[in-house]
Amino acid sequence: MSKRKVKETHMPVGECISQVQMILRERFCHQRLPEKPVGMESQHKHLLELLRRTAVHGESNSVLIVGPRGSGKTMLLNCVLRELLEVKDVNKNVLPVHLNGLLQTDDRIALKEITRQLNLENVVGDKVFGSFAENLAFLLEALKKGDRSSSRPVLFILDEFDLFAHHKNQTLLYNLLDVSQSAQAPVAVIGLTCRLDVLELLEKRVKSRFSHRQIHLLSSLSFIQYLDNVRSQLSLPQDFPDTNFYDEWNDDQSVVDVLQRHYNSSKDFRSLHLLLMLALSRVSASKPAIKPTDLLEASRVCMVDSKANILHGLSILELCLIIAMKHLNDIYEGEPFNFQMVHNEFKKFLQRKSHSIHNFDKPVVIKAFEHLQQLELIKSMDSSTAKIQKEYQLMKLLLDHSQIMEALQKYPQCPTDVKQWAIVPVLET
Amino acid sequence: MVRYFTRLRMRRIYKWVSTYVEGQEAVTTVTPGQYILIEGNDDEYPFVAKLLKFFGDESHKQKKALVQWFLRLSEVPQNKKLLLGRSPHPQEIFYYLGRACDNEINAESILGTVQHVPEDTPFPEPGTKDTLYVKLSWDTKAFNVLDPVLMQDTPASTPPKPALPLFPPCASPTATPVSRGPVRRALPTPDPTVMRRAGSVSDTRATMSAGKRSTLEAESIHSASKLSASKILSAKRRGSAADTPGVRKKLQLSPGKKMTRADVLCELLDEEMESEKVISLKLSSSVSHSLQHGCSLSPMRSGCKTPNGQRRFPWKLSSISLDRLSPTALGEQDLSSDLLLAVIPLALEDEVFEAGLPTDAGSANTPKKRQATPRRNYVREQKATTPSRRKESAMAIRKPALGVLAEEDSEDSPMQPIALTPRSKRKSAQLVSLRIRKQLNLLDNTQKLISDGDDDCFVPSKKDLQSSSDSEEETMVRKTRGRNGKASARTPCKTPSKKVCMVTPSTPRHATPSIPSRTVPARQPGNILEEARARLHVSSVPESLPCREQEFQDIYNFVESKVMDGTGGCMYISGVPGTGKTATIHEVIRCLQHASDMDEIPTFRFIEINGMKMTDPHQAYVQILQKLTDQKVTADHAAALLEKRFSNPAPKKETTVLLVDELDLLWTRKQNVMYNLFDWPTRRHARLVVLTIANTMDLPERIMINRVASRLGLTRMSFQPYSFKQLQQIITSRLNKVKAFEEDALQLVSRKVAALSGDARRCLDICRRATEICEHSTSHPSSAGLVRMNHVMEALDEMFSSSYITAIRCASLQEQLFLRAVIAEFRRLGLEEATFQQVFVQHRALSRVEGLQPISVSEGLAVCQRLGACRLLLLEASRLDMLQRVRLNVSQDDVLYALKAVRD
Repeated sequence: MSKRKVKETHMPVGECISQVQMILRERFCHQRLPEKPVGMESQHKHLLELLRRTAVHGESNSVLIVGPRGSGKTMLLNCVLRELLEVKDVNKNVLPVHLNGLLQTDDRIALKEITRQLNLENVVGDKVFGSFAENLAFLLEALKKGDRSSSRPVLFILDEFDLFAHHKNQTLLYNLLDVSQSAQAPVAVIGLTCRLDVLELLEKRVKSRFSHRQIHLLSSLSFIQYLDNVRSQLSLPQDFPDTNFYDEWNDDQSVVDVLQRHYNSSKDFRSLHLLLMLALSRVSASKPAIKPTDLLEASRVCMVDSKANILHGLSILELCLIIAMKHLNDIYEGEPFNFQMVHNEFKKFLQRKSHSIHNFDKPVVIKAFEHLQQLELIKSMDSSTAKIQKEYQLMKLLLDHSQIMEALQKYPQCPTDVKQWAIVPVLET
Repeated sequence: MVRYFTRLRMRRIYKWVSTYVEGQEAVTTVTPGQYILIEGNDDEYPFVAKLLKFFGDESHKQKKALVQWFLRLSEVPQNKKLLLGRSPHPQEIFYYLGRACDNEINAESILGTVQHVPEDTPFPEPGTKDTLYVKLSWDTKAFNVLDPVLMQDTPASTPPKPALPLFPPCASPTATPVSRGPVRRALPTPDPTVMRRAGSVSDTRATMSAGKRSTLEAESIHSASKLSASKILSAKRRGSAADTPGVRKKLQLSPGKKMTRADVLCELLDEEMESEKVISLKLSSSVSHSLQHGCSLSPMRSGCKTPNGQRRFPWKLSSISLDRLSPTALGEQDLSSDLLLAVIPLALEDEVFEAGLPTDAGSANTPKKRQATPRRNYVREQKATTPSRRKESAMAIRKPALGVLAEEDSEDSPMQPIALTPRSKRKSAQLVSLRIRKQLNLLDNTQKLISDGDDDCFVPSKKDLQSSSDSEEETMVRKTRGRNGKASARTPCKTPSKKVCMVTPSTPRHATPSIPSRTVPARQPGNILEEARARLHVSSVPESLPCREQEFQDIYNFVESKVMDGTGGCMYISGVPGTGKTATIHEVIRCLQHASDMDEIPTFRFIEINGMKMTDPHQAYVQILQKLTDQKVTADHAAALLEKRFSNPAPKKETTVLLVDELDLLWTRKQNVMYNLFDWPTRRHARLVVLTIANTMDLPERIMINRVASRLGLTRMSFQPYSFKQLQQIITSRLNKVKAFEEDALQLVSRKVAALSGDARRCLDICRRATEICEHSTSHPSSAGLVRMNHVMEALDEMFSSSYITAIRCASLQEQLFLRAVIAEFRRLGLEEATFQQVFVQHRALSRVEGLQPISVSEGLAVCQRLGACRLLLLEASRLDMLQRVRLNVSQDDVLYALKAVRD
């Protein structure tokens, strides 16, 4: 699956490459909305229809868009909004208000943000909003003054809707939904969330006021569709300046494997884009196409086990300590250990089997132990560290056996006796 | 709606009498316009009223009559009798201006007719019992001089008020002494006998002018119901326009003929009265005779009067005059319709006049209040500008039309200072009327009238005239209301009228901005489904609240009794969300407000706070105080102020009805907010009624400490969740004959919702969604039929089905594998919880079985996190890494079911 770019006479290869990279990067980094959301036509229609009614008829509504991360909730909403704003009647007729649960962490901030986005702050002259209470009363009053036919509909878009449900008393949600259920200014409350159980978070009064419309974005793409998608993602648009460029896909088995694996792991496009982005960045003037090996490499980068990577950078001493911990885990069946136990185990190894490793002073070993703790390869089990001496703090290893073994295999110039020790523990005799 | 047949707080129950009197064939014949006696609780003195019109009620079983009440002195409250200032004549009656009493009566209660004599004649010796006298009007607060307009028959017959320029500055001083009391009236009055005859003539007329009647109808309906006035008016007007072709014909004849004024007026009044023309002609001669006398009072005026003017009596002018008169006429519900009364104006107490319009505006004010209002200044200003206007008057002499105007003006000279609306105002009034007329879609038949410029040369058709007079009246009603608002804004303390206070524009400091208005107006629903959807929206206010009649009645009685007694009390209302608690209370308050507008109960203030709409329980004080007095203070200060307000006696304190929604959120540790809210009503002078709403039935027992719960008292009410029948009824009543749903479909929805929660909001939302699905299911939105079972089923599925199973089915392979690993690990451990590490071991084993390449730990963690974000799994904080514990958020069976379906 590669894209072959034929050299063009009037356009240097470097320029073409940079063009291609620009287009594709825009696509992968979500800077440009796709023409049409893929695989969610009915949801698109539903949402568009709903918002159109709010905008045109002044009907208040509330809706939740639910879907796992990266399933295109925001993309869908943005597409709908773009389409909505293209309609002439609607264009100047709606006031979108964007809120994000991660930014507006409590109702006070959210209210200020709403006021700002509605451009209401200057209406009362130079008045500065002192208190939260004032602000709330102010906003409610403003919304109450409107009525269905005369005031402009407001679209409240609450990203990370579930986080708003954690605000105190859910005041904001109650009020927004209450407005949407009473004859006040027309509003549409659109919540975006990835939590399927978001309704259970709502308080019963708030829940009763919510219209219980949910739009689920659950991708049910088959692998074939997924491949099609990858293809369309990589193909260049029709109006690419250089007509001699065209894409050709070869059904290289290795690429399909990579993609299949990727598909198995996650179906969303964001991870795919990450993968393709990595592959794309390897394209250069000297290597003007994405080759299967590029994808393989990218996939390897994506799939790589971060902890195993860390292990590669450890010193022999630290590695030895980890092996000692692994044995302790085996002996005590996952019970926590402390430094003293690890040190004893390590000393046993040094005395009985080691040929290549010198004896280390205890402070040096402690230092290595602390380093491991900083790397979060081991984790303290007690919450309060103050009372207990460092040597006796209970620790747990945050590594899987397989990870340790894999790291040992790959560790450059690992002494054989250490490897041996990792496989066969030193037995008490 | 509770309707009281009361009259000035005296409850009056009609006995349905056996003397059957009907319009045509009975012993006593009564016709609209006649004065009648109506059976009351006192046989000696039956009630007096003027019959305005007959109509049958909806079922046509009972004949009803619309009347204008007159009051006997005995009906006036004892303490107010002194206001009359003189000893009353036994046969004297008063024109009733109050609104407290229903002006619909049963036709069967009419006893007979009575002779009625206009006020100018001095009181005769008490003798004939069937003759009564009207001199003053009574508006429940004070006696006012009866405005002649009230007694007039048609707008056209109204003598126009003089424009001031025609009136020398000295005129009003000269007029003042003259108009002291009826007896001393300087203007020659016509012979009483003639008057009486004339009165009976006009009284017995079969019909009134159509336009007039429609106004009456419209106005009475307006007062009776809450329907929008404009709608009715426009409807009536259309009717009246259709009614009057005959009138117009006659009118076209009239300019050519040499006619006296009264003649013309008579004709205007009634085109069917050909036979009576002789009488009216006779009559007119006497009237015009008297007119000449009156005009000779001031040389200026007599100058105005030219024979020419009398001949060419322009209809246009009467409309102008109406324009000016209407301020006086507007306050009344009905204009009475006695032609001759109009010709001879009332004796007037000039003091009242100077104070402003005695009969002005619906707010039933005493004249004194008006003195401070700018209107009076206006009059003075007018006088100041007279010289310039004199030129105009000179012109008017040349122009016959204006001359007549002047002549007419001169007739009721005592009226001048008040009733006149300055010219400049007229312009604006016309502007306003233009706008209103546009709204009423009346442009087609009134357009020509409007422009100010052709006032004196343009002679519109009668049809125009009538409709214009109607609309002009209405205009003035609106306009004066606006003026009231303005005036009270300047002198707020002098206008205790509650309505006016509401109009008072708030100072910029408290100004609240609103959402900018839209550029394109909202589109109205196009087809049946859209219509149904609009009706089903929770926000649309239904005409009535079905299924909550009992609760409505209980709350209504509770609040009403407290308001009537001037005491206080608390009530606690509970019920699950969406059972209509707040809606019912709002409905109760609406009805009570209406009742207090009708003067059936004392006025009261309604204040609403909502625990959810405030940031802190103590904000409740701030909000209450702000709504009561428009002050903005801090919570502590507000609490102190309210404390003071509710514990100190104050004269004229009106009852406050306070609705506290979502009471449970006002809970504080010390519960002082709740304590205060429930303690205030128990104060002696508080006059506070507190209605509280919360969801749980046992809230007082659960969260309130004893002293708070005890003060809340035991007046409790609980709203049960709606049963399916009630839900069905709610939807049906909302849809209100819009046929959009199949009967079975409705039943399914209501049964489903009733079984789950009984939440009406949910029910409506589902129905709304079903209409959408129905609309989308067909290709053309217009061809969409009824909402059927399958649509409703789909909507129900969408709203009620849990999405977990679909979510699992749509998850990626590794995610599904991980879920299976979780279950496998749970089975192995026998616990419902496992660490990631343990699960991951299982996961590896499973993927080996499945023939998949095992994934790394990092990938596994990513998979696990994704499931956790969807809340298919419950995870510990991710910093625990491999050791975080994993639990399922779905039942194991569901997972297995979903995964099994995937495999198959």
